[in-house]
Amino acid sequence: MGVATVTSTTGEAGANTVKGAGGPAQLEVRGVTKAFPGCLANDDISFRIEPGEIHALLGENGAGKSTLVKIIYGVLQADEGELIWEGKPVTIASPHDAREMGIGLVFQHFSLFETMTVLENIALAMNDVRDMDALRKQVLEVEKTYGLPLDPDRHVYTLSVGERQRIEIVRCLLQNPKLLILDEPTSVLTPQEVEKLFETLRRLADEGCAILYISHKLHEVKALCQKATVLRGGKVVGGCDPREETAKSMAEMMIGQKLTAPDRGKSREFGDVRLAVSNLSLESDEQFGTDLKGINLEVRGGEIMGVAGVAGNGQNELFRALAGETEQQAAPDSIKIDGKSVAHFGPRRRRRLGATFVPEERNGHGAVPDMSLSENGFLTAFRRMALSARGLIREVPTKSFADNIIKTFDVRTTGSGAEAGSLSGGNLQKFIVGREILQDPGVLVISQPTWGVDAGAASAIHQALLDLAAKGTAVLVISQDLDEIYAICDSVVVMAEGKMSKPRPMADVSIEEIGLLMGGLHDLEGNATPANNTQLEGGRVGQA
Amino acid sequence: MVRLEPRRQHSQAMVYLSPVLAILMTLVVGGIIFAFMGKNPFDALYTFFILPINNSYGISELFVKATPLVIIAVGLAMGFRANVWNIGAEGQLTMGAIFGGGLALYFHDSESVLLLPAMFVLGALGGAFWGAIPALLRTRFNANEILTSLMLTYVATLFLSFLVHGPWRNPEGFNFPESRPFPDAGLLPIIFEGSRVHLGTAVAVFVVIAGWLLLSKSVIGFQLRVVGKAPQAARHVGFRQKRMVWFTLLLGGALAGLAGLFEVSGPIGQLQPSISPGYGFTAIIVAFLGRLHPVGILFGGLIMALTYLGGELAQITLGLPNAVTGLFQGILLFFLLASDVLTKYRIRFGSIAAKGRTA
Repeated sequence: MGVATVTSTTGEAGANTVKGAGGPAQLEVRGVTKAFPGCLANDDISFRIEPGEIHALLGENGAGKSTLVKIIYGVLQADEGELIWEGKPVTIASPHDAREMGIGLVFQHFSLFETMTVLENIALAMNDVRDMDALRKQVLEVEKTYGLPLDPDRHVYTLSVGERQRIEIVRCLLQNPKLLILDEPTSVLTPQEVEKLFETLRRLADEGCAILYISHKLHEVKALCQKATVLRGGKVVGGCDPREETAKSMAEMMIGQKLTAPDRGKSREFGDVRLAVSNLSLESDEQFGTDLKGINLEVRGGEIMGVAGVAGNGQNELFRALAGETEQQAAPDSIKIDGKSVAHFGPRRRRRLGATFVPEERNGHGAVPDMSLSENGFLTAFRRMALSARGLIREVPTKSFADNIIKTFDVRTTGSGAEAGSLSGGNLQKFIVGREILQDPGVLVISQPTWGVDAGAASAIHQALLDLAAKGTAVLVISQDLDEIYAICDSVVVMAEGKMSKPRPMADVSIEEIGLLMGGLHDLEGNATPANNTQLEGGRVGQA
Repeated sequence: MVRLEPRRQHSQAMVYLSPVLAILMTLVVGGIIFAFMGKNPFDALYTFFILPINNSYGISELFVKATPLVIIAVGLAMGFRANVWNIGAEGQLTMGAIFGGGLALYFHDSESVLLLPAMFVLGALGGAFWGAIPALLRTRFNANEILTSLMLTYVATLFLSFLVHGPWRNPEGFNFPESRPFPDAGLLPIIFEGSRVHLGTAVAVFVVIAGWLLLSKSVIGFQLRVVGKAPQAARHVGFRQKRMVWFTLLLGGALAGLAGLFEVSGPIGQLQPSISPGYGFTAIIVAFLGRLHPVGILFGGLIMALTYLGGELAQITLGLPNAVTGLFQGILLFFLLASDVLTKYRIRFGSIAAKGRTA
């Protein structure tokens, strides 16, 4: 039922929607193969994008999407195969060449200078700039045409993430691209910002610009794209029209197997409050960080609470404050674990009380990449699992703890002696999550549990978190992925600009409301009548 | 065309091969330099590297020279593992010699068997004290320990110079800038009759074993490595970097101080303005030559000791300047750091079509 039939993407499929069909494709990729030492990243990949087409490139992490994009953008050269641009075979030797030809790329991670203005950042990325005034005019014109409001003289560090992305897009549009590539563009946007971005992209496509859209958010692909090419293990495994598929059927094409939704069990009873944060305010340790302002939350035993929000709104600072990593101490009694004030405790004493933590960044934060899995198991668990005695490492229990994680959480590796850095993202994440869960924590704080993780590993991690909560642990999940929050959380809070909304049960909060809260409309929760009432009619906001 | 290609995993083989490669390259370049100086390169290299150790006395001298290098380098390696860059071991060595040696001078009539152990303790304390200053400056004021520890070296050597020119000068020494000779109770026993190999050499072997245990088997050694490899992960689990700064500088200082004491109560037997031909600096090279691993350092120490012996011999038999020793040590470090690139990258020959300019 759900699985899509595999159709050739190199043929005329999808011509019904695309203006340029019949003529030469904007870009045709023919038999592209690229090998890295020990892995075939792209294996005979072929597909075509017509002018004016919005084409999705789907695939899990490691499916070869980034490699393919780098080849198209001239960062890498294919070992075999060719690129046909407007009907002619081309060699794209560098990103400079790619830009000259009319290929624009909006990176997932922005490359902007925080202390420079928007205009200066744009000028830096152009192939050659002679006249700043002329450039300013061009920028303003592009912004007007595509509905991308942005003050050219603002400094980047004052901008929101969505605004920063606009800089990247304006940069590309100034080059009059014929093909615009976007790599996971919405991972940092609120739902409302996503809708705005889609409007811009649709307008661009109407003008004949081809768009290659890379995402793993399938409902977005469904809403935006007319064609999709699905990659798995470096190969094209199929193509489809996303509008005729369901998110589930596309996900199954991506991972090549049936997807099972996490089993949430029966509606759970919640126990006592195990993690309590009251009026937590803390200045960020980082120069352009977000200060925490009066955070309140309570997570009960058995409850999974989600912290939603656009990246950079204080989530990292919240995580560090809870894990005890901050230089400054929080006010006394502002953080309690099982009723005990821990604000003045370091990470080790918090862990001794039964709290465990999984940071967002795996390499270098959650794990030491060039240490073995055994040593990485020891890293956070040596006290709780009694892996040391008299100041010495107990080799045997240390190894068997790591082996136990590997077995219980199905970590694919050569063994507990393998370096953490040699594992794929999903496997390392399973190891780290497993390491904390096997310590049988009373409180687990986990940041971006499935960031950059393949769908199979993600669903295993979700299930593990649900099982953990079912045993009475209080789980706090900090995530930018609303789908994830909807899939596993019992309640949700939203962070914006270092402030936090009141907790709401998952069952009676709509995605629109969360979106508004992500945009920083905390006033909605107050008693006062919100200023712009009209915005609210769609949602069911309010305790008014 | 030759290019470097990143390896997927660090090459374990290259970790061990790169010092060997560096030594070979040093020999080649050293030979070329000798040729330019008008010497037969093969004769010169033979004089430098083989002649010093082709008899049992030469080998025993190798141990004498290697002893301070190994002791200091093990301490420094602990710090380098934790990204604490103590460059001032020479000064800590000097302070150890002053503290421990001072005790011997104060009790210059003593015949007590307790004198020597007390000198050990004071020597280690002196070095640790000199290491504590950069530790304090780093942890309190975030002052770079590379600069502070290095500058303190000059303070220590000038202080020693002041002492032996002034208050501690031997009253029966005809105004030479030297202290009294240490009493017999303050001299290290010789282990091998007829050589200068002293108790310190045995201590060096013990330090290597203890250092290896500390680094690879203990929790604190684990913390050191985590702080060095992934500071953020260390913060995440509450391994405090400041504690590691203190620990490594105190330990490194204490070991350097001990090495300094061994020099003055062993081969030298008194305090002089100059008590070390730069052991504290050479030990930095030894630490890296030994891959920051205590057992590797044992071998690295022997190799660097050889450059000292070879340098002396080259001075005598070939009339080469003493600077040749420093030159060899420098070239070796240079090639060592250069060949380390091969643990992370492999060399590929052959061209690739239209290599992209990087954006």
